[in-house]
Amino acid sequence: MQTIQEIQNDIIDEFNFFEDWSEKYQYLIDLGKNLPEFDNELRLDSNLIRGCQSKVWLSSSFNNNIVMFEADSDAIISKGIISLLIRVFSGQNPEEILAAKIDFIDKIGLNTHLSQTRANGLLAMIKQIKIYALAYQSKK
Amino acid sequence: MFDVYKIREDFPILSRKINDTDLVYFDNAATSQTPIQVIDAIANYYKNHNSNIHRGLHSLSADATTQYEQSRTKVREHFGASSNHEIIFTSGTTHGINIVSSGLQSSLTKSDEIIISAMEHHSNIVPWQMLCDKTGAKLKVIPINNDGTLNLDEYKSLLNPNVKFVFVNHVSNTLGTINPIEYIIELAHKNKSQVLVDGAQGAAHIKTNLMDLNVDYYVASAHKLCGPTGVGFLYGKSKLLESLPAYQGGGEMISTVTFDKTEYAELPHKFEAGTPNIAGVIGFGVALDYMNSIGFENIENHERELLDYATENLKKIDGIKIYGDNNQKISVISFNLAKHHPSDIGSILDQFGVAVRTGQHCTQPIMDFYKIPGTIRASFSFYNTKSEIDLFIDALKKASKMLG
Repeated sequence: MQTIQEIQNDIIDEFNFFEDWSEKYQYLIDLGKNLPEFDNELRLDSNLIRGCQSKVWLSSSFNNNIVMFEADSDAIISKGIISLLIRVFSGQNPEEILAAKIDFIDKIGLNTHLSQTRANGLLAMIKQIKIYALAYQSKK
Repeated sequence: MFDVYKIREDFPILSRKINDTDLVYFDNAATSQTPIQVIDAIANYYKNHNSNIHRGLHSLSADATTQYEQSRTKVREHFGASSNHEIIFTSGTTHGINIVSSGLQSSLTKSDEIIISAMEHHSNIVPWQMLCDKTGAKLKVIPINNDGTLNLDEYKSLLNPNVKFVFVNHVSNTLGTINPIEYIIELAHKNKSQVLVDGAQGAAHIKTNLMDLNVDYYVASAHKLCGPTGVGFLYGKSKLLESLPAYQGGGEMISTVTFDKTEYAELPHKFEAGTPNIAGVIGFGVALDYMNSIGFENIENHERELLDYATENLKKIDGIKIYGDNNQKISVISFNLAKHHPSDIGSILDQFGVAVRTGQHCTQPIMDFYKIPGTIRASFSFYNTKSEIDLFIDALKKASKMLG
């Protein structure tokens, strides 16, 4: 299993291939379209993340000290961003998730292309991921 | 002679680049841009006249007071109020609505009803809900038709002797629909109900005369009329404002203060507690001068042309759905494109330098009515051009292609 930092580095490398913002956006759109189907029963208000302009649902499960995340959105670019977050965080243990320093968003130049509203939504997603990790850690 | 390219030279921000492309600013319903005349007036105030108003004996204070009160005259003249003291400067439309809603608390009872419409901005819904919570009065809502107009038959049937107030906007910020406020006011008055018109969206596009309208209260914001943010005004008929309780206590709004009793100042000062946004109010006056120098007839004609041109070209795109596609509207188009989420379209348009608004536009009931998560809203001002609309349409087609 790769570490969170290794996965982030991979993502940064991949984005380095793109020449302009439209290729980055196209990639996010494609990632969004390929995000695994979200269980309809998880589309609950309690799984909604506040602070996003589009609806974003996030749910998690915990087994053998590993946290798995599933997420969905009604907007495709949000789904693409979620897909990256899941790739980074899903399959890690709570301690690593809590300790992780997330630098890939800055480094792939996404921040400069995200409106403030979207950037806030992204922060809200990361915060919720860490809250889940904290909850699982304290349950142990 | 109306020359849009000459006018654009007055707006420094319009020559800005976004992502190395020319800015196309189509979010005018949220706020209009500011001409250099207004920017200079505000800077000039701080450079040469900055001083507190109404109380100082020194020359600076006299200067500032004169300019501040001149703005009140300009607002009164532009909007056709009968006297200056009917114009209360506020921090904006929302503030004006709250002055009225808080003042009405003592005059409503459980058996009373108030009417709003289903196309109000949240700021013309929530204060009335709060008022109803406090007084027990009932809130009734005029529904909308599918074409984005108000259902006036329903309005008529809602009117009854218990209805004390009607609160409607002149123009819907989301759909652009121009409501028949003359008719709404006439029926309300026959029913002995008072009317407040939210002019936030209408004031910049339609020349409004308050005395002709015979409206009881009217509110608007300067920043939608090429003025600065944080300034607006509340108009009320003299006798209504005189009997309306003061909203905030403080300096400027009193005539005598002892620990036993405070006498309130006369209108308009009764509602202008504390040091107001003096520079902003002066800027507002200059903004009205500016818009009048262009002329509202010219503004209306040019914006009508932009609206027709954009509507016609949008409709050529596969999968476009326009909400509120009727012929009684200002230059606002709310739409969706195929199944794409408005925020996806908005994000990509931004990359092309096109600024539009996406989301619910503070009008969740309209979104619920059409059963959609939001819309993309393009709103045009008199300084926009057809070639900007071409860029917008082109960017929209590219966004649609990217989203597939």
